[in-house]
Amino acid sequence: MAETVLMRNFGRADSHTLASYRGAGGYAAWDKAQTTEPAALVDEVKKSNLRGLGGAGFPTGMKWSFIPKSHTGPVYLVVNADEGEPGTFKDRYLLERDPHALVEGMLITARAIRSALGFVYIRGEYVQPWRRFSAAVKEAYDAGLLGRGFDIVVHRGAGAYICGEETGLLSSLEGKKGWPKIKPPFPAIKGAFGQPTIVNNVETLCCVPPIIERGAAWFAGLGTKTQGGTRMYSVSGRVKQPGVYEASVSITLRQLIERAGGVSGTGRLKAVVPGGGSAAILTADEIDVVMDVDGCRGAGTMIGSAGVIVMDESVSIPEALLVLARFYAHESCGQCTPCRESTGWIEKMVHRIVEGHGRKDDLDTILDVAKRGGGTTICAFYDGAIGPYISYVEKFRGEFEALCRS
Amino acid sequence: MPKVTIDGKEIEVEAGANLIEAARRLGIEIPHYCYHPGLSIAGQCRLCMVDIDKAPRPTIACNTLAADGMVVHTETDRVKETRRSIMEFHLINHPLDCPVCDQAGECWLQIYYMKHGLYDPRMTDEKVHKPKAVPLGPHVMLDAERCILCSRCVRFCDEITGTGELGIFSRGDRSEIGLFPGQDLENNYSGNVVDICPVGALTDRDFRFQVRVWYLDTTKSICPGCARGCNIDVHVNRKRPHHAGGRRVARLKPRFNDAVNAWWICDVGRYGFGSVDDESRIRFARQRGQDLTRDDALGLVIAALRDHAPDEIAILASADLANEDLFALRRLAEHRGIRQVAFRVPPATPAADDDFLLRADRHPNSRGAEIIGLDGDAAAILARCRAGSIKVLWVIGHDITAAGWPARDVADALEHVGSIIYTGTNDNGTSALATLVLPLAAWVERDGTFTNFLGRVQRFRAAVEPLGDALAGWDLFGRVLGALGGPVAGGRAELWFRELARTVPAFDGLSYQSIGDGGAMLAGAAPTTAPEPPARRANAAASVAEVSR
Repeated sequence: MAETVLMRNFGRADSHTLASYRGAGGYAAWDKAQTTEPAALVDEVKKSNLRGLGGAGFPTGMKWSFIPKSHTGPVYLVVNADEGEPGTFKDRYLLERDPHALVEGMLITARAIRSALGFVYIRGEYVQPWRRFSAAVKEAYDAGLLGRGFDIVVHRGAGAYICGEETGLLSSLEGKKGWPKIKPPFPAIKGAFGQPTIVNNVETLCCVPPIIERGAAWFAGLGTKTQGGTRMYSVSGRVKQPGVYEASVSITLRQLIERAGGVSGTGRLKAVVPGGGSAAILTADEIDVVMDVDGCRGAGTMIGSAGVIVMDESVSIPEALLVLARFYAHESCGQCTPCRESTGWIEKMVHRIVEGHGRKDDLDTILDVAKRGGGTTICAFYDGAIGPYISYVEKFRGEFEALCRS
Repeated sequence: MPKVTIDGKEIEVEAGANLIEAARRLGIEIPHYCYHPGLSIAGQCRLCMVDIDKAPRPTIACNTLAADGMVVHTETDRVKETRRSIMEFHLINHPLDCPVCDQAGECWLQIYYMKHGLYDPRMTDEKVHKPKAVPLGPHVMLDAERCILCSRCVRFCDEITGTGELGIFSRGDRSEIGLFPGQDLENNYSGNVVDICPVGALTDRDFRFQVRVWYLDTTKSICPGCARGCNIDVHVNRKRPHHAGGRRVARLKPRFNDAVNAWWICDVGRYGFGSVDDESRIRFARQRGQDLTRDDALGLVIAALRDHAPDEIAILASADLANEDLFALRRLAEHRGIRQVAFRVPPATPAADDDFLLRADRHPNSRGAEIIGLDGDAAAILARCRAGSIKVLWVIGHDITAAGWPARDVADALEHVGSIIYTGTNDNGTSALATLVLPLAAWVERDGTFTNFLGRVQRFRAAVEPLGDALAGWDLFGRVLGALGGPVAGGRAELWFRELARTVPAFDGLSYQSIGDGGAMLAGAAPTTAPEPPARRANAAASVAEVSR
């Protein structure tokens, strides 16, 4: 079994407190970072092969290096704690059980990117994570960790999925409607309040203290060739022991399902979503995929936020798609025409099929509409939505056809 | 300056120009909805996709700056297919109620569907329903089902007027334009949102259901509503006059002029044309209520001017007259030696400048009247009337009974004047008291030029025929002048302008040709630019404050 990095403190009593965190050696990385040049911190993270764990899998150190060197005004660090990807609940655990790991990760990152102010945008429904994290911030202020060159503002979202998209999050943080922004400019050039901004996921930043403390080589060695470390897989659906599992990113989906106790329900696996609702579905024959960014990409899906949703033989794929189609139609921000219009249209078609009023040509229409809209929008929301639209219909077409009138 | 190649043609554009503008310069139209050159880039309609060499997939042209060496293709199969898809998405929830939609005929959904769509509709499910015929304010009506959510109107209210009445509410395909609680769209520029709405979502409450747009003719003109002289198009309905109860002028639309009004006009100007087709229009000359032939009426004017000593005659000219009219009037006054000529009659309720285009001076040609030399003392003329020294008072356009002068003084003055000649487009309190009334052609019925308050001379053109016996000012004054043996420039406004340019130094060198469609500055006047919109000024001030803090 791989080393426990992110969940190392979860088992400790009062793991959310500063005392407990310090007792486990917390903030040692920050002590070390304070005597390290910012550029060296960026280099270390680059070498660790840490890749963003929020969904896109972008190399973290490289992202940090995009802050313009010539910029003299403020630089902001924004933490995306708007965990909303269907099937994902890992950040919630980190915020509730090890909030100081995030504070420490933010301190180090802020030094690396020369930021004096960080915002933590927490999903509105996450009340307990917000309480725990806010308490940790207060402790950090009281202990003099914060307020000496770096401050943290905790901001609660209002429950829109799109505010988890990094620029939608920035719009929302700025007090506007949570609409993603057109790129360019990218946030590292012009982000929150028009200033260079780095947006990182909670789990990503929680990886930073161990990297600084134990070295890039150690972290890189935990993972695969192109992605370092471990990550937290949220495993839900038809498994015997659903929950969050930390594993090396080199683990396969099959191994992961086994770690979660194996398939429940009928005991016979039908399909798995490997990386949150927006990832293309895998059939029971496709679960030997390595659960890192490139492994999943190679299998035609994505690791995304590593939300693993397991479906046994009793699950209706059309009904599962309807749940997601309804979700995307409900959560599309409405800004870009293809996404706004076709999420609603596809939901109507899937709904009709599930209700028994579908026509076989609806399936071709769903596929065509999904493919036409792909890659045409401001943000990745719609590209995420078409993952399930296309894969569910293509891989389980027979199941859909059985519901359609001839 | 970057050089780009678009569809095989190379063009050099200024730095900062996007691909839509660069292509436009080559005569290539990249279809778009949300992009508007006067507003920020929204990038949300997704229609302006083009292929750029080395880019993996089509890119929106509105948010792509022309860069040196960039090679752009606007008509690849992939681009065409993308456009077709985007058009389908735009239209699946659209009600397709073109037969009852005012926008039909000038609707960019219709235009682009025919040009770039032409797919077979596949959407068979129930469309999303939204509010219809919602009045947003005094001038604008919303049909949310027709809206394609391009956000131009929202950006206009945020970025131009800074009034921020509009927002987009809800999400996904339930999104709709609406007013923030407690707000009405009643700023003085609200009509512009109708102009920039590319579809039939925002329609003009004044224009709605009056006439189909394909029956309209367009004439380039200048708004006579204030001293700014915003460039406009006059849309007239000559082909189906019965459609709007005989109303000939259907609407005014802003005409782009970067030196004056950019893309915008105010509501005061836009909806200020009602008098043109109003029942109060004077069609024929009359003497004490009895209709006269035009020649008989002119004969009476000629006699009055000939038979009275010049110092017994006073003329209240109007800054609503064109430069040509005023110059003919000046010639007439000079010829007869009439020195009591003025044009500034104080308004009953003084107006104020607004924070953008509208000027306190609600006359289009005060600067012209001033420079042509008719800026006498109107109050002194009133006083001379009261003293009984004026036998003939010729009032042009003004209603001195409803001016900023004390009513008793005016009544007193009019009692002491032997004959009051009124010349104007519409009846008013003064025409009711006049001995002799002669009709004047409204501004849409004649050619001419106005000089705006910054010294910009701009042409307006006849869009419809004068009503009844109405004449243009230069024509009326010219006929009187000719009968009195004075030098007449000719039978066209342009000939009077030519004479004006020869005579008045400030107009030296100007001609209808040099004025063109965009106007030209008086000699010595500094070039003008359209004022910064209030919202931009506010933002600029805020960032200055930010820097100095």
